[in-house]
Amino acid sequence: MNFKKTGAIAVCVLVLAACSNTPPATTNPDAFSTGVGDAANPSSVAYFQQKIGDRVLFVVNQSSITPEGTQILNGQANWLLQYTDRTVTIEGHADEQGTREYNLALGERRANAVLNYLVSRGVADNRIKTITYGKERPIEICSEESCWSRNRRAVTVVAGGLTS
Amino acid sequence: MRLTRILVLAGLMAVGMVATAQAQNKPLRIEVTQGIIEPMPFAAPLFVAENAAAQAFAARLTQVVTADLIGSGLFREIPAAAHISKVSNFNAPVQFSEWKAINAQALITGAVSVTSDNRMVVKFRLFDVFAEAPLGKGLQFVASTDSWRRMSHKVADAVYVRLTGEPSGYFDSRVVYIAEEGPKNARKKRLAVMDYDGANVRYLTNSNDIVLSPRFSPNAREIIYTSYETGEPRVFLMNVDTLSRRVLDSEPGMTFAPRFSPDGRQVVMSLSNRGNTDIYRFDVARGSKTRLTNSPAIETAPSYSPDGSQIVFESDRGGGQQIYVMSANGGAAKRISFGNGSYGTPVWSPRGDMIAFTKIYKGRFHIGVMRQDGSQEKLLAGSFLDEGPTWSPNGRVIMFFRETPGANGAPSLYSVDVTGRNLRKVKTPTFASDPAWSRLLE
Repeated sequence: MNFKKTGAIAVCVLVLAACSNTPPATTNPDAFSTGVGDAANPSSVAYFQQKIGDRVLFVVNQSSITPEGTQILNGQANWLLQYTDRTVTIEGHADEQGTREYNLALGERRANAVLNYLVSRGVADNRIKTITYGKERPIEICSEESCWSRNRRAVTVVAGGLTS
Repeated sequence: MRLTRILVLAGLMAVGMVATAQAQNKPLRIEVTQGIIEPMPFAAPLFVAENAAAQAFAARLTQVVTADLIGSGLFREIPAAAHISKVSNFNAPVQFSEWKAINAQALITGAVSVTSDNRMVVKFRLFDVFAEAPLGKGLQFVASTDSWRRMSHKVADAVYVRLTGEPSGYFDSRVVYIAEEGPKNARKKRLAVMDYDGANVRYLTNSNDIVLSPRFSPNAREIIYTSYETGEPRVFLMNVDTLSRRVLDSEPGMTFAPRFSPDGRQVVMSLSNRGNTDIYRFDVARGSKTRLTNSPAIETAPSYSPDGSQIVFESDRGGGQQIYVMSANGGAAKRISFGNGSYGTPVWSPRGDMIAFTKIYKGRFHIGVMRQDGSQEKLLAGSFLDEGPTWSPNGRVIMFFRETPGANGAPSLYSVDVTGRNLRKVKTPTFASDPAWSRLLE
């Protein structure tokens, strides 16, 4: 229950950060660092987001992890294996180039692709929750591939992101 | 929002009408299915206010009836400025020559009176001007004055039925949709209902949680929709009058894409868990569930055939997003979409004859229809993003949403008839998406 609540708060951070942006294609991942600790501290959420990378991107209509994504997820898995009190919610997203309900299913598939990879690297699956947002929460708002490619994402949100 | 029962008293006004039962060559008729080239001209002179209390309503009633008919694309109004005669007495003989002179093929006359207890009586007659004959009997509707728009829609539906020969109209109906506000990357969504023409908008939820893809129950008293209220997408059932709501299921995973069975007792929807999305049927009263698909692919957007025997849905089991039909009890499914591109959001026509869909081809989104065997595909609209068709109660018009591209892109509702003509924007106070049409109201 507690876990679910913190997940919801982390989502708010994402939305606020997106709010503060002006279009298009200028979202800075560093905008997420507010209130999540010092990126120089390896145990911080800021470190997880900025140094390891909190998101992986996907090919159109695909949910397989790319080679770049694999590198990031290896880093995420190592971090989670080191800080074993941390739990995460993986948010799966799609770009606007799909129908709403299909994209919900696609986002769920992407989130679970990340979950499965982290579990394959030894992270206990009871530390990982998944959620899909389909095309409901774009971070980039132009209608071009430069934006769509960044919206086709799965973001690993560490619980306690606001307070740690 | 209480719906006042509307009494339909057929035949009341037949007495006193000059029933010139002359042999006509053919009845005044406009064909819905032919792709109308020339709308039928009609005149609807200001309805007669038969007492002082009715004067506030006469013009509004006439205006809504006229707007309904024009909006169908099948009829063209001859404006009041062109009328030679006025109708000041509902029971006086019609001066057909004066309506012929302005080429009004159909004439609608009406009268309204309001009683001291705020009940309204609306009467109307329809005439074939050139045959100099009434088309059907006069009709009278009685209801609370609050329901004046519904009474207007009832009149327009009756006119539509008589002039098209269709089994029913579609004006006395509602649409549930998602009202959207705010920038594209922080969109706020609320559940909303309105009359089919965009009037009487009412918001049913606040904007705290994402809400998606609402659909009416068969009697339009309940709405089933997806909400993030519990943190993740979950199907909710809401009573439209009381706004009380409950989670339909308590399954692990996420549920979405709900739709009622024609009898309202079952809901089909998608359940996603562990990276797989399949279609399930839930018994609304008992809460029991039945799994209808079982594949590692994405199966979603189920919609019943009007007789309840089959379900059309979309699946990417063959690689891309395509449309399939299966028994309402699940099992083997037959693919019906074979054109170029991807197909999703299939919705079975209430007449049973066609399936509407969203088609994605070369980066454009189209709204189209096909027969239930996939033949006779016809695209009705297309743009950067046209999505989510829903059928009018009589299966002759489709509403959908169109989203504009770019950083300021936003959705609006549109309607188009099944021949692809009469594309119209449906005015809403906010951005709007995910429309779902009710049946004709009871």
